[in-house]
Amino acid sequence: MELYVSEFSRYVIALLIILYTYECFAVFRYETEEERSGIYLRQNILMFALHFSCFLVICFETGDITYLFFYAFQQIVLYAVVALYRMVYPDGNRLLVNNMCTLLSISFVILTRLDFSKAIRQFIIVMGSLAIALIIPYFVHKFKFIKNLKWLYALVGIAALSVVMILGQTTYGSKLSYSIAGITFQPSEFVKILFVFFVASALYQSSGFFEVFTTAVVAAAHVIVLVISKDLGSALIFFVVYVLMVFVASRNFLYLLAGAAGGSGAAFIAWQVFTHVQVRVQAWKDPWSVIDAEGFQITQSLFAISSGGPFGLGLFKGTPGAIPLVTTDFIFSAIAEELGIVFVVCLILICVSCFIMFMRIASGIYDRFYQLTAFGLGVTYIFQVFLTIGGGTKFIPLTGVTLPLISYGGSSVLTTLVMFSTAEGLCIIGQEEEQRRREQARKRKKKRITAKHVPEGAGRLKEDMALEDAAGEEIEDE
Amino acid sequence: MKTSKKKAKKKNREITIVTWVFTLLFLGLAGYITYYSATHRQELINNSYNGRQQILIAQNRRGRILSAGGDVLAQTVSDEEGNEKREYPYQNLFSHVVGYASNGRMGVEAQANYYLINTSASLSQKAALDLNGEKYPGDDVYTTLNVNLQQVASTALGVYQGAVIVTEPATGKVLAMVSKPDFNPEQIADIWDELVEDKDSSILLNRVTQGLYPPGSTFKIITALEYIRENPDTYQNYRYNCNGSITKGPDRIQCYHGTVHGAEDFSKSFAKSCNTSFANIGLSLDRSAFGDTLEQLLFGQDLTTTFNTNISRIDVREDTPDADMMQISIGQGTTSITPLLLNMITCAIANEGTLMTPYVVDYVAGSAGNTVKTFSPSSYGRLLSQQEADILKGLMTDVVEEGTASRLKGLSYTAAGKTGSAEYGTVKGDSHAWFTGFAPADDPQICVTIIIEGAGAGGDYAVPIAKRIFDAYFQ
Repeated sequence: MELYVSEFSRYVIALLIILYTYECFAVFRYETEEERSGIYLRQNILMFALHFSCFLVICFETGDITYLFFYAFQQIVLYAVVALYRMVYPDGNRLLVNNMCTLLSISFVILTRLDFSKAIRQFIIVMGSLAIALIIPYFVHKFKFIKNLKWLYALVGIAALSVVMILGQTTYGSKLSYSIAGITFQPSEFVKILFVFFVASALYQSSGFFEVFTTAVVAAAHVIVLVISKDLGSALIFFVVYVLMVFVASRNFLYLLAGAAGGSGAAFIAWQVFTHVQVRVQAWKDPWSVIDAEGFQITQSLFAISSGGPFGLGLFKGTPGAIPLVTTDFIFSAIAEELGIVFVVCLILICVSCFIMFMRIASGIYDRFYQLTAFGLGVTYIFQVFLTIGGGTKFIPLTGVTLPLISYGGSSVLTTLVMFSTAEGLCIIGQEEEQRRREQARKRKKKRITAKHVPEGAGRLKEDMALEDAAGEEIEDE
Repeated sequence: MKTSKKKAKKKNREITIVTWVFTLLFLGLAGYITYYSATHRQELINNSYNGRQQILIAQNRRGRILSAGGDVLAQTVSDEEGNEKREYPYQNLFSHVVGYASNGRMGVEAQANYYLINTSASLSQKAALDLNGEKYPGDDVYTTLNVNLQQVASTALGVYQGAVIVTEPATGKVLAMVSKPDFNPEQIADIWDELVEDKDSSILLNRVTQGLYPPGSTFKIITALEYIRENPDTYQNYRYNCNGSITKGPDRIQCYHGTVHGAEDFSKSFAKSCNTSFANIGLSLDRSAFGDTLEQLLFGQDLTTTFNTNISRIDVREDTPDADMMQISIGQGTTSITPLLLNMITCAIANEGTLMTPYVVDYVAGSAGNTVKTFSPSSYGRLLSQQEADILKGLMTDVVEEGTASRLKGLSYTAAGKTGSAEYGTVKGDSHAWFTGFAPADDPQICVTIIIEGAGAGGDYAVPIAKRIFDAYFQ
């Protein structure tokens, strides 16, 4: 009996996430949220089914029914999130909310399996973070002055990073965090958001050479402080986000080329100068030759990924505990081992669908500041996902960053939740812009209709076309 | 509508580019992960740093290893208290080829470890076993090995140290693989320290795949091939008068035991294994072309087989001195070869120039008899042309008919081959006895390579063993 359940559950879990992932992309067939509401409902059902089946397996494998209580709390919180966002922000984007909850539920499942006490801690942190995140869209939407705080963002950002550089605690050779009153913060996580706001506010009005140059100096300051702290992953994220935001703001390919050239040059110099960079590159090129030392983490991660097969070994059937830092940097490998390759490929696709939605939101906003912010946050998110998954699978050298929303760690999850909620706020701003435009166009159209003679019975279709024409004209006016 | 869409698109072209770049990057990443995990699964589970095989070992009873005929070569049994023991019913007979599975792993036990520790038992089977608190049966590995041939080869080698390999040239199947001295894999844990300490006899070394020996006169096959390649139309016109030795500057090569062969042509030089004549041929060869031929015959390369092999070495370059060339041409000097590689070259000659990759694991089956995985014969590549193979086959037949392997003459089958007496060490006359050949000559079915360490002349010691193996196969 036990055997049948654990075998059967592997396929059920895979099937549920495949269906869920399909819906993530089905969303993009439709333009408006009303048309997508059926999809979102199906997603809600699928995500709860997935969450429930995983915890059922956990109870089954451990023989401990009390895990179901933990599950019930999670379910209530996640359901509340889905419902609250829908109620409070009807103009928000529900795909991001659904994905946020799904990724959190996967995080709770895998953390419960790996380390129950960490899972409970993470759950408490997530509850707090969700409460903070819930007010963010309102804040972003309401307070327009956030556009004009560029030097404040830069100062706070660099100051926070510098404090870590000077006073921070060293973890695995990198200075990442400092503690206040027993709580450990990892400021580079929060500073990512400030940095995106900084670049957006510096470039939204004009992105001529002067603006690009001054922001480049500030960006370089961030990156250099991080490199000195040996936080290479974060340094790389800041750099890539900066280059891509300049590219979108200036619409100039030359900046992209210059960024790529400068980045490659800097990477080469870093490789020449820093031994810890050489060590990482060596561990990436041939981890097997240094399996006792630098290659240990990555080879253990590869063992985990390769042992799961398409449907995984099943929860509690593998030995993900053998991987160092499994709850943070290598959580992806643990998921691959026990839940399978099909599951992690779907997980990757869910992350990509979040990113595409960020980009959609950015494209939908006419205000350059908000557009750049949405774009920058999306790139920050997806590039971090790329670094952690690519690094843990030997696709690229390891940089040691967390998997957003899934890895254990308060700073990381709070930051990502704030990013997602900011995107919700930006989505609302985009919707409002659209409504305003339609209203203005309608007013003009009325004027025009009174001027021209429109034959009776031309119907709504014509009216709509006129409306769209007017909207189009207005963009050209800008 | 149209205008507004076009406008919107134009406005966000950069965002669209970035979106696509990242999406494609992630599709690449997902593809890479899927591919990597699927293709590296076996290799990684066998890595000693991977603790995951302990899960499988705890869950499944190690599968059996069987001969081609279904005789059990290795199996795990457990006593009443559940203690497991690996049994090898033939004791020492398959020690190197089947190997052992504790104190590290070797042979088929190492090579097929992944299948042996995994199970393909059905769910209902597993459920039934769970009820009894028993382990699941690991999958069974069926080899290409033939118990009878293995026994004949081992008995024939007797107390000598040496190696015998018997293969099927048309498929690459290994029918027998004997390396002596041997050991009893059931006692591996007890004798381990002793074996590791004893450097002289190197008992754990599989001499077939890892032993490096001077090829002696068996190398004349290769010298002959190169001569034929360089003189395709005139090699039959070759004439030489052997007076027992040849001198070039200060260097002198003698025929084995100082025999004087007198007037001879190419075929007779080969059949009689005349050292002086072959040293003479060697001096005429284009050294750089010879180097290419040797590379084609897999010298100096890691063999891509499933066995643990050592690399056979030879050193022929543009500037190789005459003295070395004379030694190389008769298989002496610094040249070294594994019996496996010599067998592979012989197989290629027998199989019209195409080498089939030698293999020993034939298929894997679940305990219920369901086939899990089949290993089909695969071509390693062409080592020589069909015409060259035919000529060499003719020369090797003459070795049996009128040359050094005459003990194989006049039997129910026609054999072909080449003997060798490879001198080693500093004492004159100490030599390893070699034979490599196949039968029947016109339609080769098995290919045999034998080396007996320190026995003496190949024709006297190795050929009789070949005869016993051929007899056993064709009876």
